[in-house]
Amino acid sequence: MIDHAVQHLDDRRQPLELVGNTPLLRLERIDPDLPPGVQVYAKAEWYNLGGSVKDRPALWMIRAGERCGQLRPGMRIADATSGNTGIAYATLGAALGYPVTLALPANASAERKRILRALGAELILTDAAEGMDLAIRTIRALVAHEPERYFYPDQYNNPANPQAHYETTGPEIWQQTEGQVTHFVAALGTSGTFMGTARYLREQCPDVYLVAVQPDSPYHALEGVKHMATTQLLPGIYDTTLPDAIEEISSEQAFVMARRLARREGLLVGISAAANVAVALQVARQLTAGVVVTILCDSASRYLSERFWEESEWVESGEGI
Amino acid sequence: MAVTITIPTALRQYAGGQASLTLEAETVGTLLHGLVETYPDLGRHLFNEQGKLRNFVNVYVGDEDIRYLDGEETRLQGSETVSIIPAIAGGSGDTSYAAP
Repeated sequence: MIDHAVQHLDDRRQPLELVGNTPLLRLERIDPDLPPGVQVYAKAEWYNLGGSVKDRPALWMIRAGERCGQLRPGMRIADATSGNTGIAYATLGAALGYPVTLALPANASAERKRILRALGAELILTDAAEGMDLAIRTIRALVAHEPERYFYPDQYNNPANPQAHYETTGPEIWQQTEGQVTHFVAALGTSGTFMGTARYLREQCPDVYLVAVQPDSPYHALEGVKHMATTQLLPGIYDTTLPDAIEEISSEQAFVMARRLARREGLLVGISAAANVAVALQVARQLTAGVVVTILCDSASRYLSERFWEESEWVESGEGI
Repeated sequence: MAVTITIPTALRQYAGGQASLTLEAETVGTLLHGLVETYPDLGRHLFNEQGKLRNFVNVYVGDEDIRYLDGEETRLQGSETVSIIPAIAGGSGDTSYAAP
């Protein structure tokens, strides 16, 4: 009995080992009309400990902060986000013993606030009418007032963000496709996923085609995605010369694809993940041969209260997907 | 009657940089169409090709989502403020990240 128990414990995994090494899924049913020589794959990022792709940059920024002494035991991780990055900080902070403080607008969804509080994060709710502006100003003021108490990762300008993808997402895709990836498609938010992954893949294969996904308007429903053409401040980590193409997608097209992925593939994914797949399929349809890889940023569990799930399956503004 | 409508940060670039506008309107629909007549560049961001309000555009009369009122037919008294609210509440911001 004792021998058996010891042997069993050797198989244990620490929670942080669940960051990265996500499955690469082949999407076979989503578009039966794809040319036979074309395959579409997607990284199932909800397999990460915190349930989204954001675990990777969050862990890398925390580790980089520790290495350079900006994050020390007893300090708090502080940022303004109610999105996946906030959940990643709260998850990893709990796993590593760092308390987390997040500022977010009071109208952030109840499910998000519940997840963050369940993970022990301290929430500062700011006036909804002032949007993220006030949440960001609030957290920056807090950090400036007590810099010894707070570590502010600043994912838009922290090189550890794309580095996480350069060291994990890129190599994983290269190995999981056995070096056969020909196209990589990913939406730009902080741009970290695209930058780090694309840079790694380009180094392995100079011919790999790199497609960045953008919403068709600065007013959009693709959570976590940033409209680079109109933003007042580009993320410091974004290199505009890296994408070979930038493809726009409407929020409605992403909604249709989210429903289609659920009903044809059994994949309940989030809205930005659906936007990525919609563009990956647009790219794939123009090929005669190739391996197109994209990112399923998170699962649908954080968006199930959205109205679009209830809408009719295919009909959307007459636009083809 | 004159009704004030507020415009979210992301759309102000298509509305002459204005944060709000006061227009004559009897219903939410006529107010929104009046807004687009004044600033045609706003049109494709708010309405689809069939001229219907895009389904993720959030419009509030006071604190009430028009989806739970009478939609575009919601009647206006003139004393309330109509707001176009960002489609994503929270996240990590977008143009808002430019705040100092």
